[in-house]
Parts: sequence; C-alpha cells; structure tokens
Amino acid sequence: MSSVLLLFAHPSQHKSEVCMPMYRVAQSVPGVTCVDLYADYPTFNIDIATEQQRLSAHQRIIWLFPLYWYSTPAILKEWQDLVLEYGFAYGQGGTALHGKSLLCALSAGGSESSYCAEGYNHFGLRQLLSPIEQTASLIGMDYLPPFALFGARSAVEEGRLEPHLKRWQAVLEALVAGEIPDTGCGEGAPKKRETLS
Amino acid sequence: MTGIFLQAFVYLLAAVLAVPLAKRLGLGSVLGYLVAGVAIGPLLGLVGQETQSIQHFAEFGVVLMLFLVGLELDAKQLWQMRQRLLGLGGLQVLLTTGAVAGLALILNQPWQVALALGMIFAMSSTAIVLQSFNEKGLAKTEGGRGGFSVLLFQDIAVIPILAILPLLALGAPQVDAGHEDMSLVAGLPGWANALVVLGAIAAVVFGGRFLTRPLFGYVARSGLREVFTAAALMMVIGIAALMSLVGLSPALGTFLAGVVLASSEFRHELESTIEPFKGLLLGLFFITVGAGIDFEMLLSQFALVLGLALGVMVIKALVLLLLAKIFRLSGSDKWLFALSLAQAGEFGFVLLGYSQQQGIFGSELGGLLSMVVALSMFLTPGLFILYERVILPRVTRSTNEREADTIDEQGPVIIAGIGRFGQIVNRLLRANGVKTVVLDREYAQVERLREIEMKSFFGDVSNPELLHTAGIESAKMLVVAIDDVEGATALVRHVRQHYPQVAILARAFDRGHFYALTEAGADWVVSESFYSALNMGGEALIRLGMHPFAAEQRKTAMVEREKAHASELYEAWLEVRDNLDRRERYLKLFIKLEAALKEDMGKDRMDGHSRSLSGWTPPPKGYDKELASQEESMRPQAVKE
Repeated sequence: MSSVLLLFAHPSQHKSEVCMPMYRVAQSVPGVTCVDLYADYPTFNIDIATEQQRLSAHQRIIWLFPLYWYSTPAILKEWQDLVLEYGFAYGQGGTALHGKSLLCALSAGGSESSYCAEGYNHFGLRQLLSPIEQTASLIGMDYLPPFALFGARSAVEEGRLEPHLKRWQAVLEALVAGEIPDTGCGEGAPKKRETLS
Repeated sequence: MTGIFLQAFVYLLAAVLAVPLAKRLGLGSVLGYLVAGVAIGPLLGLVGQETQSIQHFAEFGVVLMLFLVGLELDAKQLWQMRQRLLGLGGLQVLLTTGAVAGLALILNQPWQVALALGMIFAMSSTAIVLQSFNEKGLAKTEGGRGGFSVLLFQDIAVIPILAILPLLALGAPQVDAGHEDMSLVAGLPGWANALVVLGAIAAVVFGGRFLTRPLFGYVARSGLREVFTAAALMMVIGIAALMSLVGLSPALGTFLAGVVLASSEFRHELESTIEPFKGLLLGLFFITVGAGIDFEMLLSQFALVLGLALGVMVIKALVLLLLAKIFRLSGSDKWLFALSLAQAGEFGFVLLGYSQQQGIFGSELGGLLSMVVALSMFLTPGLFILYERVILPRVTRSTNEREADTIDEQGPVIIAGIGRFGQIVNRLLRANGVKTVVLDREYAQVERLREIEMKSFFGDVSNPELLHTAGIESAKMLVVAIDDVEGATALVRHVRQHYPQVAILARAFDRGHFYALTEAGADWVVSESFYSALNMGGEALIRLGMHPFAAEQRKTAMVEREKAHASELYEAWLEVRDNLDRRERYLKLFIKLEAALKEDMGKDRMDGHSRSLSGWTPPPKGYDKELASQEESMRPQAVKE
C-alpha cells in the first residue's frame, strides 16, 4: 500500500509551468497515489465517501496547488468543506485523521521577499496559510511546513524549475520512506519552519 | 400438399438467390424480387396460373405495410400532413387522370374508356415506393414525405373510383365469375351505406384506442410470444375483413388502426411482430408481379407496351414535377418525388380487373394494360437508381464529387447520424479542432449541412462497406446517434465485434435501448432525454420555490441513485428480455429504485449514508463546548512537559 496521497488541484493545467511538471514527477515516484481533483470532479460534485476512504488508506497527505488569493483553488476548499466532516475528521468519533501528516506543496507568483511584513504581500506565506494549519491542528494532523516555489511565473526562464523539481522528488521520496522531509530554516516561532525549501 | 411445398420452395428459393444479389449490386430488394418472379414464371415456367391467386394473398403485405406506416405516425402528425395530403395528393390524382385520359382520347379511345384509364393510371405503387423509401432511408426527406402523402391519398381515392367506374360501363357488365365478395353494404340506400362505413371507421378508431390495451395486456401477461403474434395478426386481419365488408380499402383501415396505436405501449412489440410477415408477403407480391408478366404477349407487342409504359411514366413524372414546383419542393426532393411515383401501381391491377368486369373495355385491352402496369412497376427500381446515382450528385451544390460511398476525408471520429442529436456532438468536437467524419442516410440533412459548409456524407451506416470507407479501421471513436433503434444496436454490435479498438459512444432512445446498447458493447451510453428532462425537473423545483443550489443537489442525487442501482436493473433487464414472465421482478426493482430516491431526498449525510446531499451539514449544536473541553484536558499535559 502506498503511504502518500497527493491531491492535485489545478483548474487550467495546460497553462501550468510549475505545478503540472511537479505533478508529473509525483506520478513517477513509486508509493505516491496521485489524484487530479479537477479531473475526478469536473462539476465539483465531490464523492465524500470515496475521498474519506482515500484519506483513511494513506498516512501522509499532500496538497499540490498554485496559490490563488493566498489560499487553495476552489475545488480544494470545496473538498475541505465536504470531506472533513464532523464525526469523521473532528468532534464525536472524528478521529480518522489523527496522527497523519499534511503538507502543502504550492507555487506562488510573488517573490519570496514579498511575503513578509515589509513586502507588498505584508504577511509571510506560513502566516497566510494559517487557516489550513489550524484545520490540521483541529483534525489532529501534523502540519508540515509548506514546500513552495516563489516567483513561479518566471521560474522556467530563470532556470529555477529543474532544481526545484529535484528537491520536490527528494521530498516525495522522503515522505514515502516515512521520514520527515529535508527542512529549510525560516522565520517565525522557533521549531516552526517557514517552508521546506 | 406436395405441390404446395414445391411451389413454396420455388418462390422462396428464387427470392433467396435473387434478392441478396440485387442488394449487393445496389439495385434494391424490390428489383431483386421482380427479377426472381420473371425467372420462375415466364422464363423457366416453374410457376404458372396460380400466381393470380397468390397475388391476392400477397397483397395482404401491402395492408401490413400500411399498418406499420400508421404505427410510425400518430394522429397529430397525420393532422399536420392534411394540407399536403389533400393538396399534393388530390391534385396528383386529378391532374394525372386528366393527362392520361387526354392521351387516351388522342389515341381514339371513347371518353368513358379514357376516363377509366386516367383513373387507373393515376395510382402509384404503394408497395414498391414505400419499400424503397424505407430501404434507402428516404422516408423522412421532404420528397419522401410528399410521396407518402400522395400514396395515402390514392389509397383513399380508390373508394370513390370504384364507385364511379360502373357508371362508365358501355356495354352490359360481363358475368363476373370470380365475384364472391361478401358485403355489409350491398343493396343499402346511400345514406345507410355511409352510416355503416362511418360506423366501421369509428369501430376501428375506438377499438384501437380502448380494446387493444386490455387485449394485448392479457396476451402479454401470458408470456407466450406466439400468442402475441397471433393477436397482432388477428387484429390486422380483422380490420382488413371489416373494411372489405363495408367496401373500404383494407390497407386504409389498417393504416388508421396503426395511427391509433402509434402512441400505445405495444407499438414496438407490434412493429417487430408484424415486420417479418410484411417483408415476406411484400416480397411474394413483387415476385408474383414479375411472374405474372406474359412474355409471349410482351414480345409480340413489345414496342407498344414499352411505349405506353414509358409514355405513362413521362406523363406522371411531368405532373409530379409541376406539383413539386407548386409545393416548393426543391433540389433533390423534387426529383425524388417525381421519379419515385411515376409508375402505375397494384391498385391499377385491381381497377383494371374491375373495369373489365364492368365491361368498360375488353379483356384484350385489359391484358395489354396490365402488362403496361407491370412493366412500369418493373422499371421503378431503375428510376430510384437513376435518382441516387445521377440526379443526387448533380443536384448537390458542393463542388466535390459526391457518391453514396466515397468519402474523401478520414478522421479520428466517425459520427453516425447527424440529426438533432449528432449535430450538437459534431459541433462541439469541430469547434475544438477534432476532425470528424459525419454520415447520415437522410440526404436532406446532409445537404443542409453542406450548405453551411460542414463536411458530411450520405450513405447507409449499417452498410459495412461505408464504415470501411469512412475509415473505421483507423478511427479512434464512433459516435452512434442514429434514430433507428434496432439499427443503432446492430451497428454497435458490428463495430464492437470487428473493430475492438474503436471507442463507441452511443445514444439510447429509452431505458431498454440503453441496456441493449450496453449489451451490444458500447463503451458509454447516454439516454437521449435523460439530462434534458433532469434539467427541466430541476427548473420545476426551483420555480416551486426550492433554492437553486438545493435543486442542483437533488438532481445530482437522482443521477447517483440511478448509478447505484444501474447494474442491478441491467441484470434484471437481461432476465426480462429472455423471459417475459420476469417483468414483475423488473418492475419491483424499479419501484425499489424510486423508493430509494425518495428516501434519499429527505436524508442528511449525518443520519444515514446518502452522499452528495447536504454535504454541508453543520456540526451538531453545542459541539464547540466539546472541543473547548478537549483543549482544556490537553493543557495540563503540556505543563508537565
């Protein structure tokens, strides 16, 4: 049984320069179950039972997505709203996800420097993603620092994509092997790394 | 007994040998039967005088055919045809009668004879024309519809013509040896006669509407196919008998019954039951026409008979062309209409015999004229071939050569049937740069598409040759969107067997057809009305005050339900198809499905496990206190650390 479940959310894959190659890499790593949410649910009619079974069957969950307005694309939010039910993920008898880990792998258009109090985005990425972090906390999952590529719109031209894909593959292989992926240092509270890259 | 066996064998053998050959040569089955008749009759002399009596029997094929035609038309469609029926049909009979009578007058015939001949030759052959229309898929073209209207009117016109003919008698009527007809109306005064006739028609209409359902229901519940067959034949024969008794055309009566039954639930069952009888009897009828040709007479007066036949056909075609102009039939339809109806018909034989009985003309002229009628019928398949091979390509406005079976574009997707349904599929694919090859057997459709510069081809999809030309071997996908229910299933089965690599998407007419297509091997089937009906149901819910999003979820739930029970229902259907008595089980299952659906609609995910409904159920009241207390209990542990 593969231990890693990757949920990929990208509504315009033919224009994608970062996430799509990352998805392709993930598909080639043994032990990673890859799900293209927009392909499975083109009308957003998410099959709750199926998704909950998938979650139960895997130990580590990855969300792979381009950052849209400091959050996930719509289908991944829909997925959260429907799948992380009371009685399954939290509340009375909701312990299905306890002890599993969650990793956000994403591409962001803004530069890394923009994601801080002085930059035009005014908040760090980790801080902006705090709703997801808190969700993970409430449903009893370990939240891993996000794995992000900044300045994604110029990554190909600047030759930053290939090295990023190599790091990505290493992260995936580590997760499959049950290790904590390679950590980068970041700002914020001690023990709270900003990102994995 | 032995004699009957031998004769039956000869007739069937001739048909079995000749018809497939004619079909392969692209000449149509009618010509095959005619040639088979000529071969066993005049040429080989295997059958002789009994053809006359067999022909009377075989004419019942025409009766069955009109019943089937009626089944295809409900009363509303018939009412919509009324202008064409009276206008086209009425004018055709009047003008042709006039023109032929004029010709006869020029040939020095007395006016009574001339008028009788005009009426005789105004008739066309319902049997040949409708059979050819169906075979070539021309029935739904404008030309085909016009032709049908005319044929129907002629069938009606026979009644007054039979009343007029005796008035034209010159000498004393000949003693009619073969006249043994029973009649309900003989010797009645005019008004009573009319009343009886109307009563008979009313009996057919009301009987069809109110008696057939319990009758066929009773028979169908027995689960015995042969009894159903017997009941269907009984009904048709009974109606034919009733019509004969009151002096109406049996074909007309059964046509009427067909129209009445067009909306009944037994329609398809009746169609598939009667179809083989119709086919065989019609075939037999055509054989007898061929066998009845008197070769000696034909050879001795060949020039005269041929001249007269051609003359009649030219006159009829000219009249029809004129009518086509008046009624604005254009292009290929005009020619189809004119060429297909140019022959004299089987009613011509009947009227000829009747005229001889009445003493309007002698048996010599009668014999000569029945040769003319037979010859013109014989030439008709040739006219259809002329239409297909010569006229159609010329009339086509497109510059590229069009043949029924040359396709100059091979694409990865073949779309069979380009009516209301296939057209939308085609447009979506083309708009996204997918190359499609479009096939349709209805020429008018193809022509229309060509006008808007869409490449489409004319031909019969069920013909393997055409599939081959369309490039089925190299195609990725076949989209089946033809109207013909059985044809679609057969096409799917054929392609699945011979070209397993082709993905097949098919459109189903109804639930039964859905299962049949699935069984035939289609990869994906959609019911032609399901989604539009579902959308309409959703719209209805919204207008009744349901929130649009809730209505959308209800629709989704319904589709899910359907999916959840699909395989179960399919299995049940397979059983029902093999034994009619399993119908109960299928119905029970269906009722179960409905109940499950209803239950789903009122359920939240929390209570049970219906999915897709109320996935946004809020957590139970007071759940936050629970979470807070959990947090409290965690805290002391954190301190200990």
